[in-house]
Amino acid sequence: MKLILPDIPNLRDIDVYIKNGGYGEIMRKAFSMKPEEVTDEVKRSGLRGRGGAAFPTGLKWTFMPKGNERKKFLLINGDESEPGSFKDRQIFEFNPHQMIEGILLASYAMQVNHAYVYIRGEYAHWFRMIEKAVADAYSKGLIGEKMKENFKPNGGGVAYSVDITVHKGAGAYIVGEESALMNSLEGQRGYPRIKPPFPANFGLWGYPTTINNVETIANIPPILKMGADAYSKIGEPKHPGTLLLGVSGHVNRPGVYEVPSGTLLTDMIYNYAQGVTGNKKIKMVIPGGSSMPPLRGDALEGVKMDAESLKAAGSSIGTGGIMVMDEDTDIVKVLQRISKFYWHESCGQCTPCREGTGWMLKVLKRINAGEGSTADVALLEDVAKNIEGRTICALGEAAAWPVKFTIQRFPEEFEAKVSSDRPHREVNKVHSLRKGGLEPVQIHVPMVERK
Amino acid sequence: MFTEQEHSEISALIKRYEKPQAALLPVLWRIQEKNGWIDQRGMEEAAKICGVEKSHVLGVVSFYTMYFEKPMGKHHIQVCTNVSCMLRGGEKIYDTMKQNLGIGHLERTEDGMFSLEEVECMGACGGAPMMAVGEIFFEKISGEEAVSVISQIRSSGNVPMPKLTVQLPELTNV
Repeated sequence: MKLILPDIPNLRDIDVYIKNGGYGEIMRKAFSMKPEEVTDEVKRSGLRGRGGAAFPTGLKWTFMPKGNERKKFLLINGDESEPGSFKDRQIFEFNPHQMIEGILLASYAMQVNHAYVYIRGEYAHWFRMIEKAVADAYSKGLIGEKMKENFKPNGGGVAYSVDITVHKGAGAYIVGEESALMNSLEGQRGYPRIKPPFPANFGLWGYPTTINNVETIANIPPILKMGADAYSKIGEPKHPGTLLLGVSGHVNRPGVYEVPSGTLLTDMIYNYAQGVTGNKKIKMVIPGGSSMPPLRGDALEGVKMDAESLKAAGSSIGTGGIMVMDEDTDIVKVLQRISKFYWHESCGQCTPCREGTGWMLKVLKRINAGEGSTADVALLEDVAKNIEGRTICALGEAAAWPVKFTIQRFPEEFEAKVSSDRPHREVNKVHSLRKGGLEPVQIHVPMVERK
Repeated sequence: MFTEQEHSEISALIKRYEKPQAALLPVLWRIQEKNGWIDQRGMEEAAKICGVEKSHVLGVVSFYTMYFEKPMGKHHIQVCTNVSCMLRGGEKIYDTMKQNLGIGHLERTEDGMFSLEEVECMGACGGAPMMAVGEIFFEKISGEEAVSVISQIRSSGNVPMPKLTVQLPELTNV
């Protein structure tokens, strides 16, 4: 079953999309319903966000104030930047109009009159595709003022229209965080905002705003087409629908696959991606993009790809970017690369993240250079612990989790690289730089017992 | 800096947002497309158009990695070394490019033709390893192919079309 990326040639072309039922029956049906009824349908479908947190979409929509006293905005998050995640790009390329139709329906449900689509700067090519798709829809009177004529409410309701603006980012992972996304769109540095206030009350320019992921919004037309009941029966009941899962790393056929939620992780790797290159064993799999806790290769049996099952397995669905690493992979080196990424992308607002990501990278470099002591592993865990939960946004967790869980699940990889003979490094350079009478301070590093 | 036509396009763009400041990123993109990088004059212009302080513009330009604060090559080469690419040899591609072009991270060749950047994930993990020339992605690329892309640009002045674009595997059994 393929709801988001069906095998229809040239579906990106607006005429082909319309010929296949796009911008037609579903829109007329939805526009004859009350806006709350559309939201209710989405709520009943059980659709959960595809951007990482898997928050129930319909519920999110109900947070928006009703009525039209205040301006309201819809912001589509197409900043897809999580390493291992490349699914939204397929929607931009192969089915852009389904996303646009989803925006029109969602906007109607929340009575939004202007929606923005924020696309990461690296996707310049795909940004142009979406710009063209939106322009095509405008010229056919499917977006903007002309909607009022083309989709006349037959129940005598108020004619409705929405505008769509496509906006290009300029390279910053942190902008994928919803409040940073709003700041970036407003023309500021991409700093996450402190919550509350939440976007549904105080979003873009202080107006109520809902932020949805590209894949989430592309799910709206199929939901309204098949009805909430039918949709809620696809895949796992607690996280229904099809998911776009990207498989990358050491597999024979990497790519994005649309599968019902709850598909086995091993099925993704061995069936869809056609197994591990060179028929090797798997050492590690990151199931949801690089910030999610990694799974051991010997613990993949029976793990299903949906939010609840992965949570039970000790990880998270994230953005559905499955990264597979074979038995010859140097896990500590991979972790160093992951840590370098979060160090590079930390926006610098919160001290634990700004400083901690750099510290973790430094220690990992030391371990990989063969100069690590046993205490370094405990130090890594300690720094990670002091970042987690102490930052404005989730980048803190994104940086801390890979370190924390890789050490927890692959202790042998670290033990092989460190030695207890090596002296404790002076951990805090600031103290050692202090001269004149002050004793050098030895930082106490708590040792954690590991099973 | 901008022609009258461009100014009217920018005014139309500004109207799509609640405040002119929101047009800052698109305006900076236009400046970079025109000049190749964003200089002091460009920042002053952007500040004037968007009604913000020049210091704010500098803050924005330096925050986002894709705005250049110094002149870059006519063809900007980006090689990803993040995890998915690293697992499939992205670092080797980057080293090959460093050698071939004789430049390092965010440097420019003397003739101004090329600049090089080691980048974070560009969303081409399924096509790893990858290299981008300007906005064109070359996926599942080998070291030799990467070198051949460079020599083709050197001889013809044009960027060749990539062999592979996005790959959507055909599925029958879903």
